[in-house]
Amino acid sequence: MAINWFKYSSPASFYTLAGKMIPYFSVVASGLFLLGLYISFFIAPTDSQQSEAYRIIFIHVPAAWMSMFLYLIMAIWAAIGLAFNTRLSAMIATAIAPTGAMFTFLALWTGALWGKPMWGAWWVWDARLTSELILLFLYIGFMSLQAAINDPRRADKAGAVIALVGAVNIPIIYFSVKWWNTLHQGASVSLTQSPKMATTMLTGMLIMGLACWIYSIVVILIRTRAIILERERHTVWVSELQGSSQ
Amino acid sequence: MFLWVIQRDLLLAMRRRFDILTTLFFFVIVVSLFPLGIGPEINILRTIAPGVVWVAALLASMLSLGRIFSNDYLDGTLEQMLISPQSLSLLVLGKALAHWLITGIPLILISPLLGIQYNLPLDAILILALSLLLGTPILSLIGAIGAALTLGLRGGGMLVSLLVLPLYIPVLVFGSGAVEASAVGLGAGAHLSLLGAFLLIALVITPWATASALRISME
Repeated sequence: MAINWFKYSSPASFYTLAGKMIPYFSVVASGLFLLGLYISFFIAPTDSQQSEAYRIIFIHVPAAWMSMFLYLIMAIWAAIGLAFNTRLSAMIATAIAPTGAMFTFLALWTGALWGKPMWGAWWVWDARLTSELILLFLYIGFMSLQAAINDPRRADKAGAVIALVGAVNIPIIYFSVKWWNTLHQGASVSLTQSPKMATTMLTGMLIMGLACWIYSIVVILIRTRAIILERERHTVWVSELQGSSQ
Repeated sequence: MFLWVIQRDLLLAMRRRFDILTTLFFFVIVVSLFPLGIGPEINILRTIAPGVVWVAALLASMLSLGRIFSNDYLDGTLEQMLISPQSLSLLVLGKALAHWLITGIPLILISPLLGIQYNLPLDAILILALSLLLGTPILSLIGAIGAALTLGLRGGGMLVSLLVLPLYIPVLVFGSGAVEASAVGLGAGAHLSLLGAFLLIALVITPWATASALRISME
């Protein structure tokens, strides 16, 4: 297997590769979404305590997974970009941030919708909710720092530093919020003692999680392509591309 | 060289003494606004006092972050520091510590007075000052990263708050937590130890991050 991986670290060849990959991943993502939604609405049994309201879990939990996972991936790409000075890695990190922020917001929003019928409150200052909110702040900080810097190379590197500092801080923030919560003992809601889940529910959730994952890949590839075109608009290959499409 | 940076920054701050007082009075005013907004109920004030003082300290420290690098950036001193053979991390550490001496120390010194305003018992006031003593250097150290990243950007001040405030949260939690824990008789030892641990981690990691952020901003 002598694949030249470095070939695809050049924006030009990555642009074509991503263009080929996007249709396949889109089909897979749509298929998984349809399957996951079918399982979650028609096959998964009604919960004995929460009746039908629990079904929001099928989007809530995958969104929460993706929000944390994407931050990690973003920090890793940013670190690679900073360490090896590769332009493409930083572009991917930039492309991940809006999707990550979207999933964070989605997790918070669906959590609020779920919390109202279950706990009688849209929002409680639980450790998980609070740390998810702080994660949203970290995404927004990353994006606004990059937006404020005109020079793209400086924006890439500055964003990478703040993404890494944030990644180091995430465990510290999570545990401090957790201990803060146990000290106060305000809302007596326990999220950790969840009842045992039916296998179909778990399957539905995993499939939805996978669907969200593939969806993220598609959106990130599309956004990376857009960033590549914007940054490389003065190069020969982009103008050739425009010439051929006209 | 390290001591030279601290000495120089302190000297510069002494030449513009009013800047120090501005930060200090900002702190006092923010803390004094809360009773006016909430009402003079003494029991409520006593329970919220640690949080209020700590949030005000966060804001005061954050608003003065621009001063760490911006003047040196404008007159070119920072560039000379970057090309000097000395370790940039060490210089940056000196600047962060000077920032703490200028903004942190006055806050710590005035905090007992604010504690009395909020009718805190004496031992809680001591814990408050102690937690500020351990916590405010962390604020200066983390804040230096944000200040370095936003150097010379338009709207830098607002941006710094977005970048830095989420990272300040652990300090806020354990700083005000120490005072509350001692108030309910749990003892503040655990919280203060954790603050001390954060301080040590910040001392090791942040100068390095700030130095690389400065190099990026000055390219």
